This record gives sequence, C-alpha cells and structure tokens, in this order.
Amino acid sequence: MTWVAIVVAGLGCYLLKLAGLSVPARVLERPVVARVADLIPIALLAALVAIQVFTTDRALVLDARAAALGAAVALLLVRAPFLVVVGGAALTAALLRLL
Amino acid sequence: MIQGADAPVEDPRAIVRDSLGVGLATGTYAISFGAVSVASGLDVLQTCALSLLMFTGASQFALVGVIASGGAPLSGALTALLLGTRNTLYGLRLAPLLGWTGRRRLGAAHLLIDESTAMAVSRRTTQGARVGFLATGGSIFVLWNLFTLLGAIGGTAIGDPRTYGLDAAVGAAFLALLWPRLHQRRNLLVAVLAATVALGMVPVTAAGVPVLVAGGVVLLVGLLPRSREVA
Repeated sequence: MTWVAIVVAGLGCYLLKLAGLSVPARVLERPVVARVADLIPIALLAALVAIQVFTTDRALVLDARAAALGAAVALLLVRAPFLVVVGGAALTAALLRLL
Repeated sequence: MIQGADAPVEDPRAIVRDSLGVGLATGTYAISFGAVSVASGLDVLQTCALSLLMFTGASQFALVGVIASGGAPLSGALTALLLGTRNTLYGLRLAPLLGWTGRRRLGAAHLLIDESTAMAVSRRTTQGARVGFLATGGSIFVLWNLFTLLGAIGGTAIGDPRTYGLDAAVGAAFLALLWPRLHQRRNLLVAVLAATVALGMVPVTAAGVPVLVAGGVVLLVGLLPRSREVA
C-alpha cells in the first residue's frame, strides 16, 4: 500500500507541475483561482505543523515537540537558515527528553 | 525582487552562482527528509523513490508525516497531492517566461519547485529565467536525491529517532516552509484557523483527514471575502 501511495502521489505531483506549465496563463488572472492557489499551501502547512507537533495518534499532546517548535520560531525570528531551524528544533526535543 | 529599475544586464554566471548557492542549501536538507522518512516506517528504497519520483519537499514530508501518525498511505498521498497544487500555480507563472514546449517542457516540469521558481521568476529575460531555473532545479535534484539516500541510511543506523528529536524536526521543517508567507496578516489568520480546525478534528477522524478538512475549510473562507471586496 505504501508503494501504491508513493507511485500515485509521485506521478500525480509530476502531472500537477506539468499542468501548470501547459495551461494558458489567463486562467491565473481569475482572482478566485489566484486567491485559492495562494491560500491552500498556507492552510495545509499550518495544519501539518499542528498535527506533527501537538498530536500522537488520535490524542492531543503537549510534550517536548512543543518546546522544539518554540525553538524553531525563535530561530526563524533571527533569520536562521533552514537547516539550523530544523536541527535546532530536533536538538531542543532531544535535550528535553534527556532530562 | 533582486531587480530594480536600474538593475544591470543579467549575467548568466551570476545567476548560476546564486542558483547553486540556493541549490546547495536546499539539497542538503534532504538529509532530514531521508532520516524522517525512515523513522516514519518507510524503507530506504521507498524513501529514495519518493525523492526521485515526487521531488517536491513539502509533499514528501506530508506523505511520510501522515504515515508516521498512523494514517493510511493513500490519505498521505492525497495530502501530498493537495500540497503539490502550488507547483501548478508556479507553472502558470513560469510558462510564458520559460517558453518551453514539447519534450523540454516535459523535462522542465519535474524540476518545477519552490526554489527553482523563485530563482527564475525574478528574471527579465527568457535566457535569464531558463538559466536560473535549470541551475537551481538541476542542482537541487542531484543533491536532494543524494542526501535523501544519506539520511535514509543514517536514519536506519541510529535507532529510535525520537532520541534525537527527529519527530520534532518535521514540524519545524513545515513551519520554516510556511514562515515566509506569514508576514501578511490574512495569511497568518488563515494559518491559525487551519491549525485550529485540524487539531479539533484529530480526536474524531482518522489520521490524515484533519489536514484535508482544514484545507477544505480554508478553501471556503478564501472564496467568501470576494463579495465583500467587490461591494
């Protein structure tokens, strides 16, 4: 099942890219299309952050991951590079779990 | 953004240099994808197949994230596809600038990601856009796959990833991808709404569904303000 998901999503993501390069540009000029295309990645990423950090299976959880997210916010505020943000969050969670 | 009205003539070497810098910074973070993916239960081959076939970071993280949280692989695939829709938007913007057709367009489509778009969309000429797109997309493709393999192998060898906080790294990676878009007040509100809706859905739905519901709710919200703006 995992392989099916990988192939389907991989192929689908490629076709989504190709569709963008192939569709006439005037489609984007429609304001509704532009706004929705703008908002969808924001909503999905924000939801994914919340799910990754504050849930385990089907329960809401507050643990070391929340502190790690706080560290990530602090690093982003000082404009740290991506790797530093991700590494800093991992390090924060790892250190807290050592305590 | 790079270009002002008085910007100098585009120098292909400078574009390549900037693009390789972005390529290096982006490609190497696939090591965290490789490690996270293996920690989520995928094997090394599946992890590498994702980077080769899908080649769009947020979607890859989303798919393995849903699987890691116990969701069905196919709801992970659906989430990945929804996240992949932004590449369609990038394609719409870049198509007239790159001006590729036929086989070249088929090849270019695979390299169409956040960073290759960012490094191409700011150019004023087709040549500059093509150089920026190919140098960025090509260097990221090579490094992304190489570092995915390294991360996946390393991830298998190190044992329980939670000891190293790798489960927390995914949330941070998503936040870092989201961060540049949060400066706009509207986007910040949408993000908070989506996160809240998703968390609210967690106890009552299967894994993977909350993210999709959040996407759907925000989609509706995005459609609503139109009438107010027109009025």
